[in-house]
Amino acid sequence: MIDSIDGVLLENTVDATALSERGPAPRRVVVSFGFWLFLLSDIIIFAALFAAYAVLSKHTNGGLDGTQLFDRRHVLIETACLLASSFTCGIMMIAVDRRSALGTYFWAMLTAFLGATFLRLEIAEFCVMVLRGAGPARSAFLSSFFALVGTHGLHVAIGIAWLFTMMAQIATLGFRPMVMTRILCFSLFWHALDIVWIGVFTIVYLGAHL
Amino acid sequence: MSTPEHRGEAQRAPGAHRSGRDRLYSYIAGLSLASILTAASFAAASSNLVWGPSMPVLLAVLAIAQMGVHLVFFLHVSSAPDSANTVLALAFGIFVVGLVVFGSMIIMANLSHDVVSMDKLLQMQR
Repeated sequence: MIDSIDGVLLENTVDATALSERGPAPRRVVVSFGFWLFLLSDIIIFAALFAAYAVLSKHTNGGLDGTQLFDRRHVLIETACLLASSFTCGIMMIAVDRRSALGTYFWAMLTAFLGATFLRLEIAEFCVMVLRGAGPARSAFLSSFFALVGTHGLHVAIGIAWLFTMMAQIATLGFRPMVMTRILCFSLFWHALDIVWIGVFTIVYLGAHL
Repeated sequence: MSTPEHRGEAQRAPGAHRSGRDRLYSYIAGLSLASILTAASFAAASSNLVWGPSMPVLLAVLAIAQMGVHLVFFLHVSSAPDSANTVLALAFGIFVVGLVVFGSMIIMANLSHDVVSMDKLLQMQR
């Protein structure tokens, strides 16, 4: 009997039904696949910003360059926050699938807190840069820097707002399939932001010293 | 017998994991691998142990490895037939990203190599 959802067994159950007899995929699969396509197009937006940064990063117009502006320890802490929040988001998904409201709130709050800490550090960094006369209008390098890192920060801010909305929906609507699909989409979004951040810290912050 | 949910998973939702049992292990493994790779890239960039010109290659390899770790352990992208759609979309996304980034870099490098800058142009006219 096939009760387990383990790898090989699942494949057998899949093959047992003809493709034409399977019917449409469940709503959860369709919605999250659509959201996956949105994420990929979002990543293409980031690719355009990365391309702009790569082309313009040496054009400082006589102003401060990356080696003088970026603090590596600061970025390491930001990276650790975002990575830890990606992990807590995963643990939150386990709590969601167990329909444990308390566990979901706890891990969601932790995720939001780590995301907010990341954002706070990033805003502090931007403020220091602007005060040192290195605002986005100073040079092409700084324009592309603020566009790329700022867009990522904006995504994180939207993600935190979305997470609070999800917590409110669990509180009011409970673990309905609709709400759970939305939380699955949120987790995809949050993990994707962390993947974009890998590119940011490697190319922008570590790449500046090469 | 296969239940309807099992059959429905013939197309698995992106980000969903096959079995609830080893999800926690997957997240812990992902966190540890990603931490090691992050620490390695920051350490490599800060130390003088690596030969300078090879640094960009090393950092790129570490970053791509970490993105792979995130995709496999956090987003649960796998080569299993039930996530074929997810992987195909991802492959196309990576293709477009590569086209945009490297295309822009090559074209702009060629332009700045071939086009005479305004300063030189003014000097030539004198």
